[in-house]
Amino acid sequence: MTETSQAATIAPDAKPRLPRGVRLVHNEAHGGLVLLAPERVFKPDPIAVEILKRCTGEATFAAIVDDLANTYSAPRERILADASALLRSLADKRLLEL
Amino acid sequence: MTAAQPIFKPLGLLAELTHRCPLGCPYCSNPLALDRDELDTATWARVFREAAGLGVLQVHLSGGEPAARRDLAEITAAAHGAGLYTNLITSAVGLTPKRFAALADAGLDHVQISIQDHAPDSADHIAGYAGAYERKRMLAAEVVRHKIPLTVNAVIHRANIDHVADMVELAIELGASRVEIAHVQYYGWALKNRAALMPTRAQVERAVAAVEALRARHQGRIVIDAVVPDYYARFPKPCVGGWGRRSLNVTPAGKVLPCHAAESIPDLEFWSVRERSLAEIWENSPAFRAFRGTDWMQEPCASCPRRFEDFGGCRCQAFALTGDARATDPVCQFSPKHALVAALAEERREEPYVYRRLEREHASADTAL
Repeated sequence: MTETSQAATIAPDAKPRLPRGVRLVHNEAHGGLVLLAPERVFKPDPIAVEILKRCTGEATFAAIVDDLANTYSAPRERILADASALLRSLADKRLLEL
Repeated sequence: MTAAQPIFKPLGLLAELTHRCPLGCPYCSNPLALDRDELDTATWARVFREAAGLGVLQVHLSGGEPAARRDLAEITAAAHGAGLYTNLITSAVGLTPKRFAALADAGLDHVQISIQDHAPDSADHIAGYAGAYERKRMLAAEVVRHKIPLTVNAVIHRANIDHVADMVELAIELGASRVEIAHVQYYGWALKNRAALMPTRAQVERAVAAVEALRARHQGRIVIDAVVPDYYARFPKPCVGGWGRRSLNVTPAGKVLPCHAAESIPDLEFWSVRERSLAEIWENSPAFRAFRGTDWMQEPCASCPRRFEDFGGCRCQAFALTGDARATDPVCQFSPKHALVAALAEERREEPYVYRRLEREHASADTAL
């Protein structure tokens, strides 16, 4: 946990995207969206889903945080912290490109 | 016992497309008796559609060496078309850049390449195939060039366990985003070669410490997955995530197994995709019902709080080591037979590998026909 906790910051102009081999797909049998990755399957919670859906490689991280804060009328700092932690943890697992 | 067993939705399907393989790895997980008969392309396509309908998300295209099938690109396209995440598990032998490009076009999502050691001579000796190492390097470069994520599967045993750090460095050099430190599991050919493959406890302890250090050093660069090898563990692995719970395996000839070694357990009745739908097999096949849930368990498993975590360990290992497929996996420290595992780990002998050499027998048998 050494580097993860202190480095949970994402550059505001980074354009996060799911690389080839990582896909967010809808699946009835498993009750909604699942994240498919090399030899793993993740069931993202509703907040993670909203963040991941926006990781298209086009929007900047700053724009994604703004969009989420507006959409959910939530404090920007809170969204920033949640989204940074999620994206950093996925990037460390090589499941996200920044 | 007629109580209804809960039916789970499977997540993964291991598709053993063929048992043919040019390599002779002495730890091969294929059964000693190999399938000669193989399902055709159309049947695999149907199996993939049925699997997706059942809830399967990922298909692992394996073997033998899956590239031994000339229709591998069509099979990959069929799996992708069914909406499945496609993972190719390969030795790399038989995949030219041109053939690999066809797989990439067919929608391949991920590739796993096995390596036998960090240096060519030793790696090729273990694989029993001159030139295998170089082909792995070439295929890894192609995978990276197509921007498909690569996992390196480093199969670990006594001859290479002291090279774990070098093998991780090789995986990084090859461009892998993930490396599996896959300690040999003793089934099939590996069980036959156990005395020649078994590492010492001191080696295992050094390797575990090395992996910890490598994880810290390479965080964010490569993911290192490793588990303690069976014979030196205190608790058993949750084999296949629980029998008939998360995954299923289809053999080259179409038999559906709860795990790839399940045929080593006598008297289990397996059903085939040639005669039945995958959904019917998953739900009702006697082999799948045999150890699903916890009703089949004996003590100490039956009252153990860990039974929902590790499901009593591995049924095939319980049978192989105790003669009773319902016994607690003897890897577990609570098993009355646990001392046996330590004794077997001490049975190490410097002896030549018995290579998995059935390809030629197949070829000559085919010629004779």
